[in-house]
Amino acid sequence: MPVTDSSSGLPGAASPLAVPAIQARGIRRVYAAKPEPVTALDGIDLEVAPGEFFGLLGPNGAGKTTLIKILTTLLLPSAGQARVFGFDIETETKKIRRIMNMVAGGEQSGYGILEVREQLWMFSQFYGIGVRDGWQRVDELIEAVGLGDQRKQRVSTLSTGQRQKMNFARGLLNDPWILFLDEPTLGLDVSAARSVRELIGAWKAAVPGRTVLLTTHYMAEADELCERIAIVDRGRILAIGSPAELKKRVQRESLFRLELDRLAGGPASLAGLPGVVSAVAATAEGSGAADEARQTVVVNLVLEDDAALGGVVVALDPLGAHIVALAKSEPSLEDVFVELVGRGFDDDHAPEPVLRPDETGHPDVAEAAR
Amino acid sequence: MSLRPFLGEPSASPAEAADWSRRRVIGNNLRSVLGRAYPRIRGSLREKSWVAFEIGLPFLSTSAFVFVYRAVQAPPEYIGFVVLGGAMTAFWLNVVWMMAAQLYWEKDQGNLELYFAAPMSLMSVLFGMAIGGLFMSSSRAVIVLVVASTVYGVHFTVLQWPLLLTVFLLTLTALYGLGMMLASLFLMWGREAWHLTQLMVEPVYFVSGLNFPVGRLGMLGALAVAIIPLAVGLDAMRQLAFAGGPPPVGTPPADIEALILVAMTVVFILLARVMLRSLELRARREGRLTVRWR
Repeated sequence: MPVTDSSSGLPGAASPLAVPAIQARGIRRVYAAKPEPVTALDGIDLEVAPGEFFGLLGPNGAGKTTLIKILTTLLLPSAGQARVFGFDIETETKKIRRIMNMVAGGEQSGYGILEVREQLWMFSQFYGIGVRDGWQRVDELIEAVGLGDQRKQRVSTLSTGQRQKMNFARGLLNDPWILFLDEPTLGLDVSAARSVRELIGAWKAAVPGRTVLLTTHYMAEADELCERIAIVDRGRILAIGSPAELKKRVQRESLFRLELDRLAGGPASLAGLPGVVSAVAATAEGSGAADEARQTVVVNLVLEDDAALGGVVVALDPLGAHIVALAKSEPSLEDVFVELVGRGFDDDHAPEPVLRPDETGHPDVAEAAR
Repeated sequence: MSLRPFLGEPSASPAEAADWSRRRVIGNNLRSVLGRAYPRIRGSLREKSWVAFEIGLPFLSTSAFVFVYRAVQAPPEYIGFVVLGGAMTAFWLNVVWMMAAQLYWEKDQGNLELYFAAPMSLMSVLFGMAIGGLFMSSSRAVIVLVVASTVYGVHFTVLQWPLLLTVFLLTLTALYGLGMMLASLFLMWGREAWHLTQLMVEPVYFVSGLNFPVGRLGMLGALAVAIIPLAVGLDAMRQLAFAGGPPPVGTPPADIEALILVAMTVVFILLARVMLRSLELRARREGRLTVRWR
């Protein structure tokens, strides 16, 4: 059942930032597609307070990007209303665009022939920053994101990580009150992703009221950065709360991380055992390279209580599986998701609908997006 | 990381930050014109490969017609007509490839979303593209004109310099106005821009009389003069640059053609504005700005 969020409980009415940063009511978005329309968002209610770091967590195709596009005025909802810092997303687009910016993971915007410094300056002009002030701001940002050595390098020659740092600098050019980040660390290596996360955190913390809406399907990222998270699946918000609050939802059960040498039938063969709430293969995030090298199977088990573990161990023998490692684990956001949805993030690759022109020239065919 | 709030004093609230004066809105749009023109100007100075493609090739095709006219002993003005047409090729190619098709490429690249998400008018982006394109094309046109005139001994007879200059500038404004309109049209239509641009090169060369007086096409030429800025501008410039040559056949005098160019400029730019607004609304409604970000 979708969750309605009506109160964030953050800054009070006396503050100049009393207006919610984001207020969405009954947002629905349906894409015209063949063979039938695709419902990307199905009644989203959301309120984000000024100064909040809010995350939308969900698998591919959950509708996260569609919601961001609506809030950034790039897409109209099929139904419902939304406001950004009190400005209507349908009628007050210019005002919203003056106070927001956005950065997407894997973004390839700009012109490869320009140098990093030139590219950022070009974008600074789109926000009305004076010519000389633009260069100064660009230089500050280049240093801030750690691209000092690449400032004179052509954009086309940047690595993925460097490019994303540049994109992040672009997103800060106008000193936005609200920054929309759509999977900002997608495709980055561990070090670059950490660096981008640190940048985001530092920027937000520097001025009270700066608000960030982050979409991600990386649990650890949402856990680390976000003050509150909405878990989204198939166009609906399933739960909203702080990471700690969300984890408490599954605290009543016992969680185990079970590593096996093999498992005929996969985790599903354990899911039906007495006392087993769910058994899901650990995502790549949860299983390290060492596990892959050893060719083991890692299963996250949610049990009604610790006693049910005995039944699982007994059941492994007929399946030809031997325990390599067993550890009781604290609940993660993935466990919360599994409990809410009944499947893991990687169990279903429902596509995010994206309209692309088909061969007849009409962009009414939904394609798998991410 | 310490980033100081920018744009003057930090605004007290988002409401204050979103409240721009008219002057600031105009300034934003003017700066956006400059910003979008910048990559074109910088690019043309940085990448030299265009010299071969955009000067060498037009010069060769111009030369072919020069030799044909010499072989058939056409009036000497005809060689001048061809050279002038060859120079104007640069502008038309720029309008077709780097104006009309540009928003389509920008969408594919992911830039269009960022343009729409920024506070400036998209018309500023189009004006910036046009000004940057003018810079690129003018240098090519001048080189073709000077080299070909020198090599083939073209003798210009200009009696009305101010009118010639005015017609030239009006031709450019009408051409780039058309380019701005086509940019919106291509994007709204959503068809493969590559094929559309191909369609707009050779046929337009032909009906514009790039290598011969457009009046020779009879009704087709008259129609071209009425709707294609390249045709009317070129015809007017030929009349003014070769005064005393063969009188125009089937086309109006240069001063009337100048007025046609003024009308074209106004109509094309207005249409571009209307279409862009319509495009944005339609794009937001139908999700046409949505591209695969990864």
